[in-house]
Amino acid sequence: MSMNVKTMAEYKSSGEEPEILFWVGCAGSFDERAKKISRAIVKILSHVGMKFAVLGTEESCSGDPAKRGGNEFLFQMQAMNNITTLNTYNVKKIVTGCPHCFNTIKNEYPSLGGNYEVIHHTQLVQQLIDNGQLKVRGGAFKGKKITFHDPCYLGRGNGVYEAPREVIQKLDADLSEMKRSRAKGFCCGAGGAQMFKDAEKGNKEVNLERTEEALALEPAVIATGCPFCMTMMTDGVKHFNKEQQTKVMDVAELIAQDIA
Amino acid sequence: MGIPNILFLLLLIAAIAWFSSNAKKVIRNIRFGKELDRSDNVAERWKTMGRVALGQSKMLTRPIPAILHIFVYVGFVLINIEVLEMLIDGAIGTHRILSFMGDFYKFLLSFFEILAFLVTFGCVIFLIRRNILRIKRFRNKELNGWPRSDANIILISEILLMSALFLMNASEQVLKDHGIGHYLSAFPGGLPVSQYLSPLLAGLSDEKLIFIERSCWWFHIIGILGFLNYLPYSKHFHILLAFPNTWFSNLDPKGKFTNLASVTNEVKAMLDSSFVPLPADPDKPVVRFGAKDVFDLSWKQLLDAYSCTECGRCTSACPANQTGKLLSPRKIMMDTRDRLEEVGKNTDANKGVYQEDGKSLQNYISSEELWACTSCNACVQECPVNIDPLSIIVDMRRYLVMEQSMAPQGLNLMFTNVENNGAPWQFSPADRLKWREEGS
Repeated sequence: MSMNVKTMAEYKSSGEEPEILFWVGCAGSFDERAKKISRAIVKILSHVGMKFAVLGTEESCSGDPAKRGGNEFLFQMQAMNNITTLNTYNVKKIVTGCPHCFNTIKNEYPSLGGNYEVIHHTQLVQQLIDNGQLKVRGGAFKGKKITFHDPCYLGRGNGVYEAPREVIQKLDADLSEMKRSRAKGFCCGAGGAQMFKDAEKGNKEVNLERTEEALALEPAVIATGCPFCMTMMTDGVKHFNKEQQTKVMDVAELIAQDIA
Repeated sequence: MGIPNILFLLLLIAAIAWFSSNAKKVIRNIRFGKELDRSDNVAERWKTMGRVALGQSKMLTRPIPAILHIFVYVGFVLINIEVLEMLIDGAIGTHRILSFMGDFYKFLLSFFEILAFLVTFGCVIFLIRRNILRIKRFRNKELNGWPRSDANIILISEILLMSALFLMNASEQVLKDHGIGHYLSAFPGGLPVSQYLSPLLAGLSDEKLIFIERSCWWFHIIGILGFLNYLPYSKHFHILLAFPNTWFSNLDPKGKFTNLASVTNEVKAMLDSSFVPLPADPDKPVVRFGAKDVFDLSWKQLLDAYSCTECGRCTSACPANQTGKLLSPRKIMMDTRDRLEEVGKNTDANKGVYQEDGKSLQNYISSEELWACTSCNACVQECPVNIDPLSIIVDMRRYLVMEQSMAPQGLNLMFTNVENNGAPWQFSPADRLKWREEGS
């Protein structure tokens, strides 16, 4: 079954303007696991009847991995091409499914000519709950232990610590914090373009160090808000053979399940 | 004015001259860095300095060292009021010139003794933490040799300076009890620490006591001046530089990296045929993409290097370091300072003009260290004086990639994918919307 997701081009040809652009991101578009997060976000947006669009085939990598990997040329090429596309459609407000796209478009596009109001999907969900548009039943995860892993580019990178937590608390879940959380959150190991290269020599994988910390709480769910953290934590949980006890889920998926 | 005053004044002038000369060199070295505008948002900058440097707000995340550090910090700052009195006494040959304040003077001296006691206590615990408990962040190999000695020299010096103060007061207490000259009138007596030490000196002759008192006075004041001049050679420089370094903090969100203007020109020229780049200035050196040496870093990054006191909070929070990788953000800062000092010495030796020495920051920081970073900003978050090791790592990565084409294989593959498919993986851009199909 295909979800009802319209592109900017489709909106434009019908003469309408969407309220918000959903920037899906490469992981959300292509990664098997992250595609489910994209669908969960769409489910939430559709549920509240928000008029949103995606760029579809006109979307291209935000340039984050190129920039963190030291390739400023490639980053700025990507950024300027994306800015041209976004400005052509007169985009004002963007919600991203990925903290890396969120950070890059919000912070690094303006000086290149791209000025938009950019929010992360956990912030949008929180706003929708706060203004009453989104009602959470709080059944699916009631009383279940959930720990939130802070994505670096959401938390330390942009100071967004509370939005995902407030959303989780709305589920009547037992939000349980790791020792290293919020500003002290420990990276999953994927940032800085590490996702795309072999780890340097060491005595442990970063994602195992982090997953171990999360699993020590024996949570039903490790929640996060980043497709790369998703990959790293899911691999970690598999490594420790805890897939039966602990699921790794995006905050959007928690909400999407609860409003089902 | 007697011989001691002349001697004292000469000493004071020499100490100030020496310090100024070294401070000038440090400022010159920092100016080797590239321009960067950090003059905006003045109100926010004062607030940041007040909160982070003066208020030590970022120390609090680790309460035990934070409390001990507060003792040493407050003690050292406030005891300098007494040093001010010593400077006046030394210059014009008085004894305890501020003693006319009476009860308030006694209150001040008592307060200083309590602070001095806390400073001593703090320093002893710090020595134990470094040398006996061997706390993990003090055991990394970048601290081997001079950095470890530097730390111990500072702590022992502070203990000796405080001990001299106690011994001086204790001998004055006995001299006062003996009713000797100005000690009787100037020294208030009954101070909280020295009164318990004075019985140990009770059997000594007045001559010996005066000798001890004078020796301690000279030891303390020479020690302070010596300590001042030790700073530019030491990690302890942070006691001064923490203030400007926090004032000039990066106030942007930590996730925001700089956009290289030199690259923007090139990219605009590539994408837009009508774009006319500014003509190259023949007086300016060729633009380098990223950082190979300290000259390619900004002056703030170089100030960061001088402000680092090697506490290692960054390294102990670094996910790469904590999983056994070679990277240590503290070492990035120490290396930057070491290279900058090397450049400075080179400049001094060559009549003020740096002579190419065939070396660069790359001789200090390896690509293995640079590629271990996850850019998670934990080091930046942790730093109690707002140092940004991550920006140096990224600038050095840029040089490796854009000037030397030395990116790791996986990253080259990713770059190619982004360039060709608009995604870091090898997927067709035509398939970008397939995710909306359930089970796709």
